[in-house]
Order: sequence, then C-alpha cells, then structure tokens
Amino acid sequence: MTAVELPGAVAAPRPPDEDLVLDVRDLRMRYGAVDVLHGVDLTARRGEVVALLGPNGAGKTTTIEILEGFRLPSAGTVRVLGVDPAHGDERWRARFGVVLQSWRDHGKWRVRELLSHLGDFYAPYATDRTPRPWPVDDLLATVGLTGHADTRVARLSGGQRRRLDVAVGIVGRPELLFLDEPTVGFDPAARREFHELVHRLTDLDETTIVLTTHDLAEAEKLADRILILAGGRIVAEGSPDQLARRVASDAEVRWTRDGERYVHATADATAFLRDLLREHGDRVRELEVRRASLEDAYLALVHEEETGIRTGRAERVWQQEATR
Amino acid sequence: MTPTTTALRAGLRRGLIELRATFTNGQDLWNYFFPTAVLLVAMFFMRGSTVPGTDFSLGARTLPSALGMGLLFGGLLGLAQQLIVDREDGTLLRAKAIPNGMLGYLVGKLVLISAISLIGVVIQLVPGLFFLDGLRLGDPGAWLTLAWVVPLGLVATLPLGAVIGSVIENPRNMGLVVLPIFGLIALSGIFYPINGLPGWLQGVAQVFPLYWLGLGMRSALLPADLAAVELGGSWRHLETLGVLGAWAVLGLVLAPVVLRRMARRESGSRVAARRERAMQRVG
Repeated sequence: MTAVELPGAVAAPRPPDEDLVLDVRDLRMRYGAVDVLHGVDLTARRGEVVALLGPNGAGKTTTIEILEGFRLPSAGTVRVLGVDPAHGDERWRARFGVVLQSWRDHGKWRVRELLSHLGDFYAPYATDRTPRPWPVDDLLATVGLTGHADTRVARLSGGQRRRLDVAVGIVGRPELLFLDEPTVGFDPAARREFHELVHRLTDLDETTIVLTTHDLAEAEKLADRILILAGGRIVAEGSPDQLARRVASDAEVRWTRDGERYVHATADATAFLRDLLREHGDRVRELEVRRASLEDAYLALVHEEETGIRTGRAERVWQQEATR
Repeated sequence: MTPTTTALRAGLRRGLIELRATFTNGQDLWNYFFPTAVLLVAMFFMRGSTVPGTDFSLGARTLPSALGMGLLFGGLLGLAQQLIVDREDGTLLRAKAIPNGMLGYLVGKLVLISAISLIGVVIQLVPGLFFLDGLRLGDPGAWLTLAWVVPLGLVATLPLGAVIGSVIENPRNMGLVVLPIFGLIALSGIFYPINGLPGWLQGVAQVFPLYWLGLGMRSALLPADLAAVELGGSWRHLETLGVLGAWAVLGLVLAPVVLRRMARRESGSRVAARRERAMQRVG
C-alpha cells in the first residue's frame, strides 16, 4: 500500500474486500465554485481506528458528513458498510453510530430515559451475532455515567455530555462509529478520560472507528492509521510510527555530563549512543533521544492552511519523505 | 415487531416523556398558564357585558372562541416553534442519525403538541365555568360537537405548523407568522362578533381556519339560539367542516414534502452554523 498519496498520484485499483468497512475513492465536493474536497481516497478495515487529521477547514467534517449520509458528494464512489450513503436505508443506518461536534439536544430528558428511548429504535435490527440495543445499565457503566443515570441532560458537565453523546452513538452496538472532533473544548483530564473510553470501545468489540481531529497528539494516541487532510486532499497516510519515521530526518540527542548540558544531532542515534556510552559510561546523565518530530511537519502544514500562505514548505516535507 | 411499529411506539412514549418533562419545568408551566390567566381575567371583566342583540354574557361567548384560538396557537405556532428549536439544538439531527428516528420524532411531537393543546383547553375551560354562566356542558350534544371540532382543528393546524417550522430557520423570524395571526384574531370574531365589519373583511376572515375554529367551539358550548347572531344566522357546521377540512388537506399534502426536504438538508455543520448565529444573538 502506498502510504503517502501525492497530489496527482493514481491510486492502484483495489480488489473488493469483505473486511473493508469503508471504501471511498476519488471523493469530490464542490460548493458553488469552491472545491472543498479534491479526490479523497479513504479505506478502513474492520476493527481499525482511523483518524482524519487536519487543520480547521481542511474538509474533515464535510468528508465525515458524506460518509454518514448527511450530505451528497459532487463526485466519487463511496461505500460505507458496502452501501452508498446516498441510497442507505434504515437497516443500513442501524449498523453505525454518529457522534457529531456539538449537541445540546434533549436537555430536559434524564440520561437513562434518553438512552433507553433511543435504544428502542435498534431492537428490530438485532441479529444473532449482534444483540441490539446495548443494555442501558451496561452502557452507562461503559461510559462512566452510572452515577448520573437520573440526572437531567442539561445539568451534565461538558465532559459528561460528550460521554453521553458517545453512549448514544454506540447504543445500537454499531459496527462502525463516527466521531467528529470528539474532544474539542475538553480540559486535559476530560480528554484523557475520553481517550480511555475510545480504547475500551475498540477492545470490546470489533468496532471500526473513524474520528476527525485537528490535534496530532490525539490522533497519534488513538489511531491505528492517520490520514492527514489539508486543503481538501489527503497529503499523507500511515500508522503514527510510519508517519513519524517518514518525516524524521535527524534524531536529537541530549544529555548532561559532569553538570554540563550537551545536544547533538545525528542520523544514526543508535551508533552515536553506543559510542557515547562506551566513552563516558555512567557519567552520562539525563539522556534523551528525540526524533525530529511529526509535529513539526504537521504544524508547518497547519500554519500554511491557516495563514493561506503556501510556501510549499509543508508539502516539500511530505514529498521528500515519500521519495526517500 | 417491524421497525415501523417499533418507531411508532417509541414515538408515543417519546411524546409522553416530553409531556412529563414540560409539565415539570417552571418556565414551560409559566408559558402555559400565564396567557390562560390573562384570558380568564379578560373574560371575567367581560362577563357583565352582553353579546349585541342578546342578553347573553359576552364573557361566556369569548371562552369558547378563545379555546378555538388556543387550538391554533397550540397546533400551528406550538409545533412550528418546537421544530425550529429542535433544529437549532440538534434534536432533529439526532433523530435523523437513528434508524426510523424521524418517524419516532414526528409521532412524539404530534402526541406532545396534541396533549398540550387538550390540556390547554381544560385549564381554560374549568376555571371559566366558575364565573361564566350559560355554557351548555351538561348537554351530550356539546361533547359530540367537541369530539369532531377539536380533532379536526388539530388536523387542520398541526401540518401547517410543521410546514412553517420547516421553512423558518431563524427563531427570530417567527414574528413573520405571529404578527399576521394577531391581525387575524381581530378579524375572526374571537373577542367580539364581526357582524359589524365590512363584507370583504368578513370574507377574508372566513378564508382562514381561525374564524372556523372559534365558530366550531362556540357551536359546541353556547346555547343553540346564539346561532342567530352568527354570520348567516347559523352554526354552519358543513362550512366549518369544509374550510377546516380544506386546510387539513392542504397541510397534509404540503407537510411531508416540506418536512422531508428540511430533514434531508439537516447536517452537523448546519446545526453548528445555527449555533454560532445563536451565540451572536446572545453575545
């Protein structure tokens, strides 16, 4: 698989695949005269966590709304659970869950009431393999809202509200879950709790998760595979490690010896460390090796998107790494 | 059970849950009881005046007319308002994201609004009985008439409310609908008979459902001889059925088309954009 999609590069034809939960080819979206998506290719396999990473305005939400069937694309083929979202019926809709960016609905309802009500709609779609809906008490425990079962939704904190949104997203035991910017506006503690919740979900079932975020650290933490979306194109794709390795040129080695601080950049950190330790042994303290980070490359990209000044620097980084 | 019957039952439950929620909410209760109280006070002071040409209490004539007006407010404005608010906070999108959720949502709304309208009739009628004389509640004929006028009134107004609620996106624009309705109230003989109005104004009033809702309710609750002072000197049940029925058909033809179009366009970014606008209004 080509891990980096260059503009203009042609995707190799893929054979049809049972395990492919999501299969998007050459997705294009145009509002009036403005192209928002210029041919996005995107796949996800059963059980995979895929992050769509990109700055604001990159086209993440548009992409995910097309996948959810809330928007019709201008061109391209889209298959979600084997079905074109434009023609998806209710049976298809019962197989995936949606967590959108901002929801303030059902404020007067109690948490348990809402989950049990929305769960009812999934009961006719239960199968032998997948009982639906998820029993409310188990669900409350999974998202950590057991203590708030009888709280009115409007009285939940931001983090609790988001966990309720996730609970609604998974009440039908979806095969596929969409999370659009799930942790925007979270404090660090709420963010960590949320990340733990996502990990629990992927451990529980073979739930495929597609999430969007503009936070690289979040994508690295949660995703098996990251697709970087910028200016309506996928500019890079791969596991966090692959991406990191692709942009990492030199490693930076820092240490102190006899109270003095040293910094050294090297292409071969292992060899350098071997020599360093052989020479100075235990006198080397506070040793630290840092790869020139994916973050730097990503930030350059975000900067270009947000300022609108395309220096080409970001693109060069990705291209350079691709040809290596 | 098929998915559709499941959704219908869930919708019914949804209506009942929302009914309980709204009647345990202070702000909502105030919204229901305050206008009722104002109307009752007005009728109290009108009880001594008489309907022109009779010695019947004007207050007692106003009560059934106001009940008819209540059906219009509840069915049309009530449903429109709910649709607009539910679109702004994402309730509707939530329904769209759930299998058969829109069906459940709509059934729930109809149950909720119908129940609120009926409760509205009761909380206005019952206190009125204590100080207004001449309403023929003991007569089975009254209940028979109520039994078709009230449901027909709701069927005529609810679909119109759904259409208005789908077309208007910004809650601020509700004034576009509310103001003409206030004008219509003056024309439709709710608080005073319109026999004195010029013929063409009477004609305008009789195009819209409000006049007929008031007339229908009067025909149920007022003594039979009061029909003499109505336009045409009769309760005109056939015409009531005809005009309200025509509005019902129009609404029922339009509403599914408009609702479907509105629901199709609903998406997360639209909700977010509306939210942003709402924040600007507050800030």
